[in-house]
Amino acid sequence: MNLFLNQLINGLHVGSIYALIALGYTMVYGIVKLINFAHGDIIMVGAYTAVIVLMTLGWSAPVALLAAVVVCVIFGVLIERIAYKPLRNSPRISSLITAIGVSMLLQNAALLIFGAQPQPFPTVLNIEPIKLNGIQISFVTLLTVGISAVLMILLQGFVIGSKAGKAMRAASEDYTTAQLMGINVNTTITLTFAIGCALAGIGSFLFCMAYPAVSPTMGSLPGLKAFIAAVLGGIGIIPGAMLGGFVMGVAESLTKAYISTTMSDAVVYGILILVLLVKPTGLLGKTTSEKV
Amino acid sequence: MLKVQDINLFYGAIQALRNINFHVQPGEIVSLIGANGAGKSSILNAISGVHTISSGEILFEDQSIKKLPPFRLVGMGLSQVPEGRRVFAKMSVHENLEMGAFTRSDTPGIDLDMERIFAHFPRLKERRKQLAGTLSGGEQQMLAMGRAMMSRPKLLMMDEPSMGLSPLLVQEIFDIIREINQEGTTILLVEQNAQMALSLAHRAYVLETGRIIKSGAGQALMQDEDVRKAYLGG
Ligand SMILES: Nc1ncnc2c1ncn2[C@@H]1O[C@H](COP(=O)(O)OP(=O)(O)OP(=O)(O)O)[C@@H](O)[C@H]1O
Ligand SMILES: [Mg+2]
Repeated sequence: MNLFLNQLINGLHVGSIYALIALGYTMVYGIVKLINFAHGDIIMVGAYTAVIVLMTLGWSAPVALLAAVVVCVIFGVLIERIAYKPLRNSPRISSLITAIGVSMLLQNAALLIFGAQPQPFPTVLNIEPIKLNGIQISFVTLLTVGISAVLMILLQGFVIGSKAGKAMRAASEDYTTAQLMGINVNTTITLTFAIGCALAGIGSFLFCMAYPAVSPTMGSLPGLKAFIAAVLGGIGIIPGAMLGGFVMGVAESLTKAYISTTMSDAVVYGILILVLLVKPTGLLGKTTSEKV
Repeated sequence: MLKVQDINLFYGAIQALRNINFHVQPGEIVSLIGANGAGKSSILNAISGVHTISSGEILFEDQSIKKLPPFRLVGMGLSQVPEGRRVFAKMSVHENLEMGAFTRSDTPGIDLDMERIFAHFPRLKERRKQLAGTLSGGEQQMLAMGRAMMSRPKLLMMDEPSMGLSPLLVQEIFDIIREINQEGTTILLVEQNAQMALSLAHRAYVLETGRIIKSGAGQALMQDEDVRKAYLGG
């Protein structure tokens, strides 16, 4: 039982990181219908930023976190403006290939600048784990799950309640008609990329606290898993990305504990395939019948 | 108020509009009628900037708007009810109306206008919390009109508001269009339902394969031999 609870908690820990990253995929897809394959590499950008601030400059963790977020946002917005915006009216496949290209560009630039050797991410929090009836919860886990939960609630509130959030939903549904309402869709898209990358920046920092090794390709795997989480929950649906993230994290962690470590990825992909077979639109996806 | 001068519009190699000239004066209802594919929607989309014209000039209140992106025009007082309603299906009726008022920030005025729209369309008021995608076709048309009115436009452009509606509802929608006009909004109406459009309009233009072939007072065009044959069923 304790093993199960501990693994469940671990699952929530990684799951909440996947969820934060998945939000970026899903929000961007919702509005520009593009799978931003470079999103995973934004994690890497955030991680190197944090390492530089912490190690080279020797500044504090909150500053490093802030720097990671700012740099991720700048990268995300620039990538959108330079690489994706000119292709907005081109066939979908062109943008998709461009996204893969941007991803490779980021990875290789990092390789050139920092080398292939992984760099350790310093311990920024040294607090004793909390023990409760044999269940052990590390402080990092608590912090990660807590921060993620707060961010998701804030994001939901923003998207549902704020004017910019409503514009985002309107533009996701119908780009042209949103413009006819007076919405500057370019601004809305920039904002979407900025929010997605800010979340990825925070996710990156939390990820490094859990897996403290920073390398040029470090973003690929969490990026891929977060993408799967987004598809699992229903791509384009914000609560879906959150749910998908948690499902992925818990499934992965339980498989590691009860089946085998090497099987965990297989199980995760298996779940994805099963869900998509039964419900092609993802867990929270609706096949809306729209009247015309 | 609106002057369209010699505009040409191409979709790739296809020329959809050829030297279109017309104007709308303040307070008028002007109808554009024509068969499927005549270019009616293309004209509205050219005015609102959804499509870019290759030549010609479009003046709104004596200011050139041909290079402005669509979102800039709403604030200037130009609003469009797109063809096929295009309500935001996953947003509520209330949110759809809010989107119509996106460029405004005068909350009291917005609330007032929303009440005004609910007075025109009581059915929307009952359904204000409902998702727009679950409304009937007629209700969606009302919502699309109400949404466009929320920006308090000087000129309201409507693309086939009668599409797919029962005759009774068409009558209701046209009555409301007349009311809106009497309250001071100028209207540019695109229609296939020539009978209704001509009887409502102060002036009208007849469009055929991207060209304006006739123009005149609505009543006069209803008497015109060619128009009767082609659009009014004899
Ligand atoms: N986006 C587009 N790309 C290519 N061709 C288009 C596009 N939109 C319209 N057309 C073509 O331009 C011509 C005029 O179309 P338009 O939609 O303006 O007609 P319409 O008068 O509004 O017709 P309807 O009454 O059926 O709505 C048609 O031949 C149409 O096929
Ligand atoms: Mg049309």
